[in-house]
Amino acid sequence: MTTRRWERRHLAEALVKGMMYFSIGLVAGSLALILWTVVIRGIPAMSWEMVSMPPEGGYFMGKGGGVLNAIIGSLYLASGGTLLALIFGLPIALYLETYLGESPWGRYVRLSLDVLWGIPSIVYGVFGFTLMLAIGLRASLLAGIIVLALLELPIMVRAMDEVIRRMPVDLEQAALALGSTKLEVALRIVTRQMLPGIITAVLLGFGRGIGDAASVLFTAGYTDRITTSLLRPTASLPLAVFFQLASPFPEVQKRGYASALILTVIVLVISLGSRWISGRLSRYTIK
Amino acid sequence: MQSDAEKGSMDAPTLKARGPAAEGDPHIRVRNLNAYYGKVQALTNINLEIPKRQITVIMGPSGCGKSTLLKTFNRFLELTDGAKLSGEVLLDGQDIYAKDVDETEVRKRVGLLAQRPSTLPMSIYDNVAYGMHVHRMKRSRKEYKEAVRHYLEIAGLWDEVQRRLHDPATSLSIGQQQRLCLARGLAVEPEIILGDEPTSALDPISSLNIESRLLDLKRVYTTVIVTHTLRQAKRLADYVIYMYLGEVIEAGAAREVFSNPKHDRTKAYLEGQF
Repeated sequence: MTTRRWERRHLAEALVKGMMYFSIGLVAGSLALILWTVVIRGIPAMSWEMVSMPPEGGYFMGKGGGVLNAIIGSLYLASGGTLLALIFGLPIALYLETYLGESPWGRYVRLSLDVLWGIPSIVYGVFGFTLMLAIGLRASLLAGIIVLALLELPIMVRAMDEVIRRMPVDLEQAALALGSTKLEVALRIVTRQMLPGIITAVLLGFGRGIGDAASVLFTAGYTDRITTSLLRPTASLPLAVFFQLASPFPEVQKRGYASALILTVIVLVISLGSRWISGRLSRYTIK
Repeated sequence: MQSDAEKGSMDAPTLKARGPAAEGDPHIRVRNLNAYYGKVQALTNINLEIPKRQITVIMGPSGCGKSTLLKTFNRFLELTDGAKLSGEVLLDGQDIYAKDVDETEVRKRVGLLAQRPSTLPMSIYDNVAYGMHVHRMKRSRKEYKEAVRHYLEIAGLWDEVQRRLHDPATSLSIGQQQRLCLARGLAVEPEIILGDEPTSALDPISSLNIESRLLDLKRVYTTVIVTHTLRQAKRLADYVIYMYLGEVIEAGAAREVFSNPKHDRTKAYLEGQF
């Protein structure tokens, strides 16, 4: 073996590798910094009161209470939006795969979904608001759920589409060869193979939904009460963060960071939980 | 290699032969069978008799319709878009394409060993139990357990997997996966085993292992294998079908066809002129 000579191609290799490490460091570093800020600034204002009580009068001027209204509101909004998006999204994904496939129409639908994915959420918010005016619906949990469903739909459908496209063709035939009916193949084989991926898709949608402030600003409104009706306005964590950070009072700002921490923890718990479930389920899937 | 094959047949439980082999009615009878993919004719006027409890090997160059013919025996051709078929395929005298025939029942009676092992997304145990569950063939967990063990033993896989029955099937090597597919297919108690180049994805030792299973199993099952390797055909075949461009050129007892082919095309193929 001769020693390696530093030719141009080796230099290029080292350069590209260096750039990759730099990018990874940059992304991981930013993430760590964000988490660090939220945790360090949020912890001091964190208390049992924050997560167990709605705001009392004068909360936004530094008086007592918590953001339970926003926690519950956000969970309602994101769960409702995700459920609605799944109800409409799964058939779209299945239709895309089984009927449209790689046809021109299939490509148009995928392109439209990708474009929808890139539209800023404030546009969804305004669109929802216009729609609400037209049908006479006021800012409410229901309106928020509908707009969040629209927001989550593209990312969910595209993620499920990828899962379904990766379904091995041989698998169905193997089950059919044993004398299964098509329903048995769908329920016992296809579902088992795809469920982990579908859970991931749902999670992506949920994550986008629960963290979004702009789309619920006009559509769900805000209230200091815990919402009990689909037709009443509801609070949400992203807006709670926004309102508190915009406050001139330092103690209210601190609570803004605490609210952000709560939101982060919710997303983290749900992510890790579904990762764990889908990991358990995907133990047997065919890669 | 030889010892591996012998060992395999030793630890397999004794298979009870179902009556004398070969004599009597053919197991599968094909009458005036034509098949089309869209407008392309893939099979032309096939008439055949496939003997009971022997290994029938279908040979021929690529694209001659071997696999298509095989797919007509378990009603798999209809899974291909645009495939059409006319004529009859009789299983013990009953046409499997008759109107009142349930295709899942046909596929239970006619097992398939595919080109590449395609395990189901579940554990080793559940792969074997799946078909039995679907057809509700056993009554208790104990019966299922015994049956799973039985068929894994027949497939020569039991010793290798008995301590890891609940591992994913994908954790097995590809040769083991193919034997698992064999066990899975046998578990629904078919009468016929179809093999569509069942060893083409395997290494030589795994291939010989599968071959020795098939030779072992022919006492019980009628077996039809598509292969493109002549040497494998010679090792396995009791009965040979030679196809060319969608037609059966020659069919007969292996010894006769291999030693004294009647048709020029068969002769050319056997001499390696393709």
